[in-house]
Amino acid sequence: MECNDLGLVTKARMGDPDAFRMLVERHSRPLFRLAYRMTGNQQDAEDVVQDSFLRAYKQLARFDERASFGTWLYRIAVNCSLDLVRSRKRRNELVVPADSEMDDSTLGLPSHDPAPDRIAMGGEVRERVAEAMTELSASERTAFVLRHFEGMCIEDVSRVLGCQPGAAKHSVFRAVQKLRRALEPLVSTAR
Amino acid sequence: MNHLNEEQLILHYYGETGQPGENGELGDDAAAGDTLAAERHLEECGPCRTLYASLQRVLNVVDGLPVPERSADYGTQVWQRIERRLGARRRTLRMPGGWWRWAAAGAAFAALMVTAFVAGRFYPRHTEPAQLAAAEAQTGERVLLVAVGDYLERSQMVLIELTNANPKGSTDISAEQERAGDLVTETRLYRQTAARTGDTRITGVLDELERVLVDITHAPPEMTPRQLEALRQRLEAEGILFKIRVLGSNVRNQEVPDAQTPRQTL
Repeated sequence: MECNDLGLVTKARMGDPDAFRMLVERHSRPLFRLAYRMTGNQQDAEDVVQDSFLRAYKQLARFDERASFGTWLYRIAVNCSLDLVRSRKRRNELVVPADSEMDDSTLGLPSHDPAPDRIAMGGEVRERVAEAMTELSASERTAFVLRHFEGMCIEDVSRVLGCQPGAAKHSVFRAVQKLRRALEPLVSTAR
Repeated sequence: MNHLNEEQLILHYYGETGQPGENGELGDDAAAGDTLAAERHLEECGPCRTLYASLQRVLNVVDGLPVPERSADYGTQVWQRIERRLGARRRTLRMPGGWWRWAAAGAAFAALMVTAFVAGRFYPRHTEPAQLAAAEAQTGERVLLVAVGDYLERSQMVLIELTNANPKGSTDISAEQERAGDLVTETRLYRQTAARTGDTRITGVLDELERVLVDITHAPPEMTPRQLEALRQRLEAEGILFKIRVLGSNVRNQEVPDAQTPRQTL
């Protein structure tokens, strides 16, 4: 019988490994998409997916059953992605422009990532889009990815970010404004 | 109606409503009529329509950023990769209920006593009483070491998780508190056993650890970053993690008797 997330969480808390396995199987693909958009790298996204489930399992007792398991898991995945990007930054693998707001650093795809998926994208437009995404700060990128790609409402975005809805909205605004400024000349000439 | 600003256009694109306040802040969601009003305005206003079209083009281009596809059995693959690592954590996942921790601690203590007793009972009869007593003590000590080694590892995990927490806001530590509560119960039993076997080295560390664990158990379930920092500083000042590591390392080394020592005869 198909069980909802909450039922599976309850069973997993009681020590039922199959219940947690079902949660992993159910949420892995969307979590990978989110992690990839956050980190911009396949291997990093794979690591984020695994770390997220490990963290979720560890923190299962803390999960508030009134909340959505998916949103809670997304929040963990976002934090894992940010941790990974920050550790990447510490290893000087990224060029990180200073950001005036919050203490979050600018997230970034490596500019010349030779990963096959990046090569397959090809074309100046896609390259520029990827570059423009690197110019977003952590909160901007997170808010934008969740709102634009994941289709979350602002309320849910704010829950994942752990901030007020107004702040989440502003992060989305800033992200879109930055992207528009960076990409508008490109789409204008492409017309 | 005045021209729509960029933020209003973005809201409209995402189907959200809301007007910026006087200070540029966003107010509560405005009436659903905002959407209709925005649509009507876009129909009538050329400059806003141009701006909105530009926004749509940019966001459509962003949509083109591909994500590598994962196969339908990707979830199964992820599970296979993490299953083993979860197994190590499974034993730390506790079921709620106070009876459980007492039952577990009681069972551990009973096993410790029974093992020591049985080892003593079946020791070769021809052994001199003095040797027999020494052997019983050594067996008991070894059983204690195995149990303490595992216990120290779990205590260390709880403390490390708390000291590594780096929150911006308050942190819910209720899960760690529950585990600390379990460990306090065990600490007392192991400390008493160690005191009986005369192992002052273990007793001393367990004494200190018990105080820390009791304080964690009695702390508020929501800790502010400042409280967490205070805990971190206390643990550093007392060097408790270092002591646990050293004791844990010594315990592990002693769990396997040296082939050159007389203990091998056990």
